[in-house]
Amino acid sequence: MDFLSLSPMQMDALREVGNVGAGNAATALSQMVQKAIDMKVPALGVVPFDQVADRMGGPESLVAGVYLRVEGKAPANLLFVLPIESAKALVDMLMGLPAGTTEEIGEIQESALKEVGNILAGTYLNALSMFTQITFEQSVPALAMDMAAAIISVVLATIAEVGDHALLLSTEFVGESEAIEGSLFLIPEEGSLELILGSLGLA
Amino acid sequence: MLIKVGMADLKATKAPNNLMTSGLGSCIGICLYDAVAKVGGLAHIMLPHSAHARSSENKAKFADTAIPVLLDDMIRLGAVKSRLVAKIAGGAQMFSFPGASDVMRIGERNAEAVVLKLRQENIPLLAKETGGNYGRTIELDTTNGKLLIRTIDRGEKVL
Repeated sequence: MDFLSLSPMQMDALREVGNVGAGNAATALSQMVQKAIDMKVPALGVVPFDQVADRMGGPESLVAGVYLRVEGKAPANLLFVLPIESAKALVDMLMGLPAGTTEEIGEIQESALKEVGNILAGTYLNALSMFTQITFEQSVPALAMDMAAAIISVVLATIAEVGDHALLLSTEFVGESEAIEGSLFLIPEEGSLELILGSLGLA
Repeated sequence: MLIKVGMADLKATKAPNNLMTSGLGSCIGICLYDAVAKVGGLAHIMLPHSAHARSSENKAKFADTAIPVLLDDMIRLGAVKSRLVAKIAGGAQMFSFPGASDVMRIGERNAEAVVLKLRQENIPLLAKETGGNYGRTIELDTTNGKLLIRTIDRGEKVL
């Protein structure tokens, strides 16, 4: 199935699944940082490769990306992307430090960010499993801090053999009082989409 | 004029137009240049081979198909194949997972495929700046064939 041929009903269903998954993830993140985290309505887009980085602040914007591969019957990619300043603010919150304390992201800070990615992914995929009865196995998280386009290129390479568009199911998280924002992107491989829709009765 | 080349895209032009592509990660920027005709070309490839692809309409996406198309476009602008030289950048491994699979070694495989295809086409590879774990933005100056490479925290370099 081609991403471009999704029907409105299929797109609604995917958004709904994303909504529940991201809702769980936002709750988990709130608990981790002990602060209210708001979640925006999930966006579903079929985006040409060249425009994916625009959804992350532009190709050359400096971001932190936590990347998890999703293996199993329905392979996919999960990427949690934050502007670098938000990543530092998030580290402060995770470690209970006053805002503005973290200036550099070293090994300890990297571990903390990877753990956030891990928990967001776990809660998100749990919801997705509940809806679809498909088991998703997440890899250990990996972290990169660099230009958005450079980070996303690795993810897009996993789906580039079959097309020129990525299906992005994204949710934006925003701190209620703290200045943090970040987005979680689910980028399924082509065959996985069919499987997920099939399990929802919408193939 | 500065001409932007997107991901899985290629363009050829003549001096004084420059070519640039931003945020190369595992992708490779392939720059070809004819110093006499002052014709430059830039391809931003994502994958090494088109052979296993189910969709190969976009030839700029693969190392093996992008280079011949770029050659044709440059020859149409007055370049002569025997005068062409190449410089390449990119092919990073942005993420490292323990027990990294082939999926993660994509940058390295891209670089290998580009080098091989250039050799098959008999285009000398003058310089390369590939590998590492960081992104690169590159700009080809078609007046002199110099390739500027910018990074986030590893400074700039000219090939």
